[in-house]
Amino acid sequence: MKLYCLSGHPTLPCNVLKFKSTTIMLDCGLDMTSTLNFLPLPLVQSPRLSNLPGWSLKDGNAFLDKELKECSGHVFVDSVPEFCLPETELIDLSTVDVILISNYHCMMALPYITEHTGFTGTVYATEPSVQIGRLLMEELVNFIERVPKAQSASLWKNKDIQRLLPSPLKDAVEVSTWRRCYTMQEVNSALSKIQLVGYSQKIELFGAVQVTPLSSGYALGSSNWIIQSHYEKVSYVSGSSLLTTHPQPMDQASLKNSDVLILTGLTQIPTANPDSMVGEFCSNLSQTVRNGGNVLVPCYPSGVIYDLLECLYQYIDSAGLSSIPFYFISPVANSSLEFSQIFAEWLCHNKQTKVYLPEPPFPHAELIQTNKLKHYPSIHGDFSNDFRQPCVVFTGHPSLRFGDVVHFMELWGKSSLNTVIFTEPDFSYLEALAPYQPLAMKCIYCPIDTRLNFIQVSKLLKEVQPLHVVCPEQYTQPPPAQSHRIDLMIDCQPPAMSYRRAEVLALPFKRRYEKIEIMPELADSLVPMEIKPGVSLATVSAVLHTKDNKHILQPPPRPAQPTGGKKRKRASDDIPDCKVLKPLLSGSIPVEQFVQTLEKHGFSDIKVEDTAKGHIVLLQEAETLIQIEEDSTHIICDNDEMLRVRLRDLVLKFLQKF
Amino acid sequence: MRGPAEGRRSPQACDWPACAQKIVGHIEDSLCSTAIPQVTQALSVLTTAFGHCHGLWTQGLWVRLSPLVARLLEKDPVPASHSLVDLLLSVARSAPSSDRGLWETLAQTLSHLSPTQAGPLALGILKLQDCPQALRTQAFGILLQPLACVLEAAAQAPGPPGLLEGAAGDSMTVDTLLSSKSACVGLLCCALAHLGLLQPLPQRPSPWPQAPLLGAAVTILRLCSGSAAPTSDVGGRLCAILVGCGRVQRAALDFLGALSQGTGPQELVTQVFSVLLEYLVSPESSSMVLKKAFQATLRWLLSSPKTPGCCDLDPHTQLFLTELLPVLQKRLCSPCWEVRDSGLEFLTQMTRHWGGQAGFRQALLASEVPELTKQLLRDPESYVRASAVTATGQLSSWGLCASPECPGAQQESLLVELLHILSTDSEGFPRRAVMQVFTEWLRDGHADVAEDAERFVAGVLQAASRDLDWEVRAQGLELALVFLEQLLGQRGSHCPYAVALPETAPPGVLAQALQVLCRVQLFEFAFRALFDCDRPVAQKSCDLLLFLRAKAAPCGSPQEAGDSPNVASVEATLQRWQAGEQGQPLGYLEPGAVVALLRSVDLEGLRDTLAESSDHVEKSPQSLLQDMLAAVGVLGENEADCY
Repeated sequence: MKLYCLSGHPTLPCNVLKFKSTTIMLDCGLDMTSTLNFLPLPLVQSPRLSNLPGWSLKDGNAFLDKELKECSGHVFVDSVPEFCLPETELIDLSTVDVILISNYHCMMALPYITEHTGFTGTVYATEPSVQIGRLLMEELVNFIERVPKAQSASLWKNKDIQRLLPSPLKDAVEVSTWRRCYTMQEVNSALSKIQLVGYSQKIELFGAVQVTPLSSGYALGSSNWIIQSHYEKVSYVSGSSLLTTHPQPMDQASLKNSDVLILTGLTQIPTANPDSMVGEFCSNLSQTVRNGGNVLVPCYPSGVIYDLLECLYQYIDSAGLSSIPFYFISPVANSSLEFSQIFAEWLCHNKQTKVYLPEPPFPHAELIQTNKLKHYPSIHGDFSNDFRQPCVVFTGHPSLRFGDVVHFMELWGKSSLNTVIFTEPDFSYLEALAPYQPLAMKCIYCPIDTRLNFIQVSKLLKEVQPLHVVCPEQYTQPPPAQSHRIDLMIDCQPPAMSYRRAEVLALPFKRRYEKIEIMPELADSLVPMEIKPGVSLATVSAVLHTKDNKHILQPPPRPAQPTGGKKRKRASDDIPDCKVLKPLLSGSIPVEQFVQTLEKHGFSDIKVEDTAKGHIVLLQEAETLIQIEEDSTHIICDNDEMLRVRLRDLVLKFLQKF
Repeated sequence: MRGPAEGRRSPQACDWPACAQKIVGHIEDSLCSTAIPQVTQALSVLTTAFGHCHGLWTQGLWVRLSPLVARLLEKDPVPASHSLVDLLLSVARSAPSSDRGLWETLAQTLSHLSPTQAGPLALGILKLQDCPQALRTQAFGILLQPLACVLEAAAQAPGPPGLLEGAAGDSMTVDTLLSSKSACVGLLCCALAHLGLLQPLPQRPSPWPQAPLLGAAVTILRLCSGSAAPTSDVGGRLCAILVGCGRVQRAALDFLGALSQGTGPQELVTQVFSVLLEYLVSPESSSMVLKKAFQATLRWLLSSPKTPGCCDLDPHTQLFLTELLPVLQKRLCSPCWEVRDSGLEFLTQMTRHWGGQAGFRQALLASEVPELTKQLLRDPESYVRASAVTATGQLSSWGLCASPECPGAQQESLLVELLHILSTDSEGFPRRAVMQVFTEWLRDGHADVAEDAERFVAGVLQAASRDLDWEVRAQGLELALVFLEQLLGQRGSHCPYAVALPETAPPGVLAQALQVLCRVQLFEFAFRALFDCDRPVAQKSCDLLLFLRAKAAPCGSPQEAGDSPNVASVEATLQRWQAGEQGQPLGYLEPGAVVALLRSVDLEGLRDTLAESSDHVEKSPQSLLQDMLAAVGVLGENEADCY
């Protein structure tokens, strides 16, 4: 069993598991942090961003000035943003049989895999993952395509040139593999390869393994996966949460008794408690709005935003913010808000029960009805007519490099009354803000990451007790900035095996058993013999038939009847020879009684020696040794076959035959 | 078992009555028992005995039983350690200081018990009046040990010599701290609580290691917040155990607050303020931790030294204040009501003490805190509204509510807003808070109240009289009393050394005052309260009317007004009120009628009735008899027997 690690990002995993002749890809996350190296794509012509000076080398050489621009003391690539793909060279991705998706954030690289690698398999995901994943992809494509960029920079990627660039461009990894965003056509094609699954549904893969999605409690339709054969069980835990938010709670019990547990997608901010962060979010929001400022919340169109809207729903009246408009701007805002209301079976119990009442599960419906929350596909159109300040705007993209958020950063950045509150943990907020500096608006970092923290992981591992834990290397040591925080790492016994990008792990796990079926008629013919109470044995003579990873014992063909005269050899006649088998022996030889028996049969001068594995009986006179061990007995005598046979028969008297 | 007459020698066991000997024998057997519940029981009995009886015979009893008690210490683990500690402390409190054996047993016990078990004993020993110094040193060492361990483990470099001298972390304490999270938390919380209790006592150990203790409290708080970066292995493990632990945070903040009574080197004090600010800022601080952080901050702020020769805040405090107010501002916007509430309480206290300090006023007025506080008067949570009422009341008293441009308008609107809360708020807490603020405003001569006190009192009493909450009505009487005192002079001082004030008011003043009181309908309010179904309200009203009667003694003769038809009808109304029919108003009363009424109503009798506890009926012999009869069941048949 091997694990090919194609992504180094612990929360955007992409691993390939080879298990019992199947090749299973576990998630295909897309690392979008690469976009932080690019200039923002403004929706409205920005004089500031369009007149940036080109960057030149120390010696004044300006050949890169078209590709690289200096902005706020940093150097950015002036090009269409590009993403860092999972490794495509480590393993031939056309051999991947299936891709298992754990949540909508972990499928963003899917079009790159399914459309450009020769992949011919099936993708399994839950319906909300697919639908919301589609929204995220659609939004991404829309954000990038609606601001077409004439040029695509590639000179700077040359290794010799990259060395000369300032940080962080100099340190960017795998730049040659960075790719532009996919198209909607590729998205549609990729999504068409998905087969929908439900929680606890058992899916057979070639008869070899069975895969089952389990609720992971993190997002709508988010799953952990069980990959098991008859005797082996691998659990894939990715992006799970034990907090009570909107999705169905995490199914922990089904993860028990795993041989290997692959653990990814833990919280990215282990020191920040989501509840505290929500409190911080509300306090800062309220404080800004009370002072007449605007609040900008860069976010994804689905996920935490549902919980934030719910919190605000409870909070705005009490905080005296009822008159403040909340705007949600995204090309998929409408779909996202509506989809969330229809996935009742994927919601937590509390919300599920609301489905039976005449009220929607999420309170944002009421916010929309009462005009407190308004949503728009973009800043253009209706929004510009309705726009009223002070207000709160939820919009993407959290990287601040594309989407409507770029416009608001340009618009509000100069006033200290306004605040930008970062709630998504995927991007470093300081790096995200870099091209907007100097900034007068207040910046608040309240990352809300509901995924498991290390305390919860430790409890989970104690509960489910896997034999081996495999995780990204980041989880096996404290964060570099807090090297003393030994509580911020996985602590388990035996220590977790770690992986990093482009590494292949041989999982510490040997297959010992295989299930074989016996045909009924063969089973009928067996004659079990009880060798000790409760244990019966029977010898089986059969033909092992293997097809589609299933093994069946069939009765041996009858010996060919003499057909008289005609001798024609057919394929079916080519049967293995069925030799008459010697009976099998069982039991143990009690040494003292054996010696007595030997003496009775005329052997004298017998000496017994204890060895580590059993005994040696030495017949000194006959110059013969009888070595008795737990699973073997040897008679060693010097060319005296008669003696050997006599001794053998004496040994056999102590054993059972069948 | 009664003690022998004073002066006699301690009786020997053989002198004791048979039953006492039997009891002692049983206790001896129990102490030797292997069953822990039995040992615990015996120790508890002895603790009670030594706690309540201080006769000579107790000494004899101790002499007889102490070897058995000492034998318990030889067991590992020591059985029933809690009860053993209680017993030893009980004996130590009653024993003469010359009892060397007892001190030895205590010393032995301290060294035998685990660090967690020994803490309460150490604290008890340190609280004793007379106790050998060596034992006190040993006991103090036990309390200091956990903190010494923390300091040692978290030190970046070897600490200065003599740090918590004599209490360097011993291995047993370190083992306990690192054995499990619960053991570590338990030990640290106990040590912090015990030292916090010890700090204000006059018999606390001297010299008191204020600076290392401050350092330890700061270190623990930093370990809990994850901001400490210990380099040692033990420090790292402690950090992993303590990080985010609310219980230790609360205990350490309480302790830090207690330490504000002492001084410390400026560098450490700066660290204290910085760690407090860290907690106040941190989104990870729970509401309870924040409350404690606010309390500790307040204590440290109030104990900060004043600049000599200047009534203003010292520069450090001023600087801290500029960092603190934005935090307070954010906390007042918290979605968690407990946080908003503790923020407001903190603001109230700070304003109460510093409302007159120019630096504070300037910083506060430059912030949005006063405006936010005012907004919280409409908070959905009643506790927060109540705290906001108190805070705005306090701010207003110091003129901190108003914007400099139009102070009058702001203040008036606050008065109106508070009156609105008093008459409309559905919860009792905000209404009670309004009454307290109004009483304070009246007492302190708040400018807007003083402007037209009569109208103000009339309005407040009218609102309070209709209130369903008895505390609001009682507070209304308090306000009425303040008003009375302002009109008629103070009540008789309770202080025996105070110069006695004239009991009665001059007739001219009195007549005028009575006119005013009639106009504000104070009597209607007071008489209604006199028959209030809630006893404290009636009692307060009774006191008020008695005070008024005393003041009004020379005014007119009883017959003059007493015979008027007005008084008769009022008396009739009062009787109906007493009977529970309070619907009818009293109507406008003439001062003369009031005086007559005051004389005619048996206020003393009423006061005596009200002074009886509410269960006096149940405790009366009549009630006892009824109970007995009821218990017997068939009343008629057994009546004769009961008599």
